[in-house]
Amino acid sequence: MKLPLRFLAPALAFAVLVGFFIAGLKRDPGEIPSPLIDKPVPAFSLESLGDPAWRVGSADLAGRPWLLNVWATWCAGCRQEHDALMSIAREGRVPIMGLNWRDDRTLALRWLAQLGNPYVSVAFDPEGRVAIDWGVYGAPETFLIDATGRVVKKHIGPINLDVWQREFLPLLPAGEGGP
Amino acid sequence: MIRIAALLACLALSPLAVAVDTGQRFEDPGMQARYERLIRDLRCLVCRSESIADSNATLAADLRREVEALIRAGRSDEEIYAFMTERYGDFILLRPPVAPRTWLLWAAPALFLAGGFAVVLVVIRRRARIGLANAAALEEEPDRP
Repeated sequence: MKLPLRFLAPALAFAVLVGFFIAGLKRDPGEIPSPLIDKPVPAFSLESLGDPAWRVGSADLAGRPWLLNVWATWCAGCRQEHDALMSIAREGRVPIMGLNWRDDRTLALRWLAQLGNPYVSVAFDPEGRVAIDWGVYGAPETFLIDATGRVVKKHIGPINLDVWQREFLPLLPAGEGGP
Repeated sequence: MIRIAALLACLALSPLAVAVDTGQRFEDPGMQARYERLIRDLRCLVCRSESIADSNATLAADLRREVEALIRAGRSDEEIYAFMTERYGDFILLRPPVAPRTWLLWAAPALFLAGGFAVVLVVIRRRARIGLANAAALEEEPDRP
């Protein structure tokens, strides 16, 4: 039997290739893994969106889990996820801080007035400097920070309640917060 | 002939036409050269297959500004690459680093070439053997129709 080896080798190589392709199909090319995961939060202190005299920063929510949501009024995905953010805020498990990225203050304030404000505070980053420290490359992006000040998760793209329940809630300590 | 020459000139100049960031940023030509080299090596994460030198995305402009600031602050190339990868991961480097986890990637072209040579060698040897066997067969029975 000389046949098997001659035909088996290409078939095997093909099977390996197919394996790679299948693995590739399951990965979302839009998601670049963040090197920030399990690292301490990149510290920042910026003007508050609502009041330029007020500073908003990463130290504000230290000692408890919190979310950082990167958004802008020019970002369609942000409009899409807004209702989910409102629900998460209402749920009250974690406070959400907003990072308003490369936006116009008036437009951003109007957006919050019209659609509701899910944020405990919003940092205003019109030049995108803090966004670079957080490795932001496309809004919306949502980070989960734990009580020790480490980034535990990054979600790229609009968040929804399904993602929130499946991917974020299990990472939160049970019983923390609560309405 | 002139048309062909014009076409060739266009093709030769096209890489220059792609660059978005053409302005002089530094007085010092050495720094300017470093800046231009660095922004060619960094990927624009919004557009993926473009460098931040070629992209006019807002993020690319922000990253160019950051590179400029880092050069002015006297940081070395390695420090600037590290600054970027700490934030965006290795994906931001258009030239992947040589590390144990990328050895296979870097070795792949050589491995494929070696594999190709191996196949060619096996085929040539086999053909040669068949040729010899046929020749021998012919010599043994030269008169067979």
